[in-house]
Amino acid sequence: MIELKDITKVYKTKNGELTAVQDVNLTINKGEIFGIIGYSGAGKSTLIRLLNGLEKPTSGTVNVNGQQISSISGSKLRLARQKISMIFQHFNLLWSRTVAENIAFPLEIAGVAKSERAKKVKELIDLVGLSGRENAYPSQLSGGQKQRVGIARALANNPEVLLCDEATSALDPETTDSILELLLDINKRLGLSIVLITHEMHVIQKICHRVAVMEAGRIVETGEVLRVFQNPQAEITKNFVMQVSGTKETKVSIEQVLANYPTGKIVKLTFIGNKTEQPIISQLIKQFDVEVNIVHGNISQTANGPYGTLIVQIDGENSNVVQALNLLKSNEIQTEVIEHA
Amino acid sequence: MLSTLFPNVSWEDMWQATYDTLYMTIISTGATFVLGLAIGILLFLTSPHQVWANKVANFITGSLVNIFRSIPFIVLIILLIPFTKFLLGTIRGVNAALPALIVGAAPFYARMVLIALREIDKGVIEAARSMGAKTSTIIWKVLIPEALPALLSGITVTAVTLVGYTAMAGIIGAGGLGNLAFIDGFQRSREDVTLMATIFILIVVFVIQFIGDFVTTKTDKR
Repeated sequence: MIELKDITKVYKTKNGELTAVQDVNLTINKGEIFGIIGYSGAGKSTLIRLLNGLEKPTSGTVNVNGQQISSISGSKLRLARQKISMIFQHFNLLWSRTVAENIAFPLEIAGVAKSERAKKVKELIDLVGLSGRENAYPSQLSGGQKQRVGIARALANNPEVLLCDEATSALDPETTDSILELLLDINKRLGLSIVLITHEMHVIQKICHRVAVMEAGRIVETGEVLRVFQNPQAEITKNFVMQVSGTKETKVSIEQVLANYPTGKIVKLTFIGNKTEQPIISQLIKQFDVEVNIVHGNISQTANGPYGTLIVQIDGENSNVVQALNLLKSNEIQTEVIEHA
Repeated sequence: MLSTLFPNVSWEDMWQATYDTLYMTIISTGATFVLGLAIGILLFLTSPHQVWANKVANFITGSLVNIFRSIPFIVLIILLIPFTKFLLGTIRGVNAALPALIVGAAPFYARMVLIALREIDKGVIEAARSMGAKTSTIIWKVLIPEALPALLSGITVTAVTLVGYTAMAGIIGAGGLGNLAFIDGFQRSREDVTLMATIFILIVVFVIQFIGDFVTTKTDKR
């Protein structure tokens, strides 16, 4: 579907060369929501622009929809772009056009007849939930509504791929969630692939199937979102995961518990999927006669199912505690004994 | 009453002069709009990071604009006499003023077009490119509509300047209110004619400014 091979992008600046993207290899499957996360300056903006040919790689090849985007140009590239649409952090709507006219713009570019345009525009306005606002100008819309226009506009030519350039970074948390839900809904309904870049782990957690973590132009980690959440490898990934799992604040309370209850074990449990719904704690208490003290708990929904962390103190007779830990491990719950905060 | 206050004013001449001024202003403003817009767009598109980014073309266009913008209008008229003669076969009359008016005003307006285009959000142009828009589509459907209020207020300023230029064009016998004020008013010491011509010029300027402001506000949906 989308394949990046040995991509390097070097910019020539006044202060010498700047490598924005280095040795990137990436495959994104059809129908997948793929997230690329990184801090600003990591090269993710450049990377996403390589996918629709707004930037050309210094070396390496980019294949999208069976076309080598990195080598085509002119009318061929323009035609390919109609199937690889893009939404933006600052929406980039034409203020001189109404909502309906903005959505019609890509159809005009594609040479769609006027009557057909009107029909398609109506359909898209309903899809993104903007009925009744078709004659409003962008200046009369809220940020969330503007992004809905952006999404409708991006979907006009029935694209195979939707690129999201920090699409929710300029929105408040509530609006962000509604836009993410819309993207998830579109992905399911239309089956198109979505590639998004962001600096918010929340966005990745909420809708992405797979994620790539970028740092200084390189991809340092790739994988299923659940896997990455459960078991982050790179240091930067651990930081991103902490953004949503809230483990930063719990450090203090763990310290306190360790000090207050020197006995027993502090255990971090990570649940995935169905495991989050099992009454595992009450099972422990009943079966092994141990005390279980909950220090911190958190469940997050991801596109691949729920994901939860629970930090507990298990106290009791040593043999009982060991047995309890064994039960947890045999239940395929990732169990990590914490000795220091 | 008017004839006692303005004994020397020939209303017939005044109306003819007003007509000539309007004729020169309207035709030259129209031509300046088209020519200035074309040069301004060329300047914009050849500047760095734009679709036709080209240092040489940008430098040449920019230099020509600067040269013609720097020449005082009165000198430009004289410099253009051979060109006007070649083009129209005469250097007298309202039409003879047009080449100088346009050549004088178009570079001035081109600069304003460039400023207006630079104000357009780069992201909007990028969005159009990401949709597969051709450069011509970007010009007609993004650059011009998005910059329209600024383009219109720019042409209003240029039109007012052109009214002033037409007065100067009077010295090559182009006619108009400036010519009337100079020849009939100043040179024959008829202050009332000069005053009345000035009032007429002011009215013309006010009307242009009013129409310009109205249309500018009307097109601005920001």
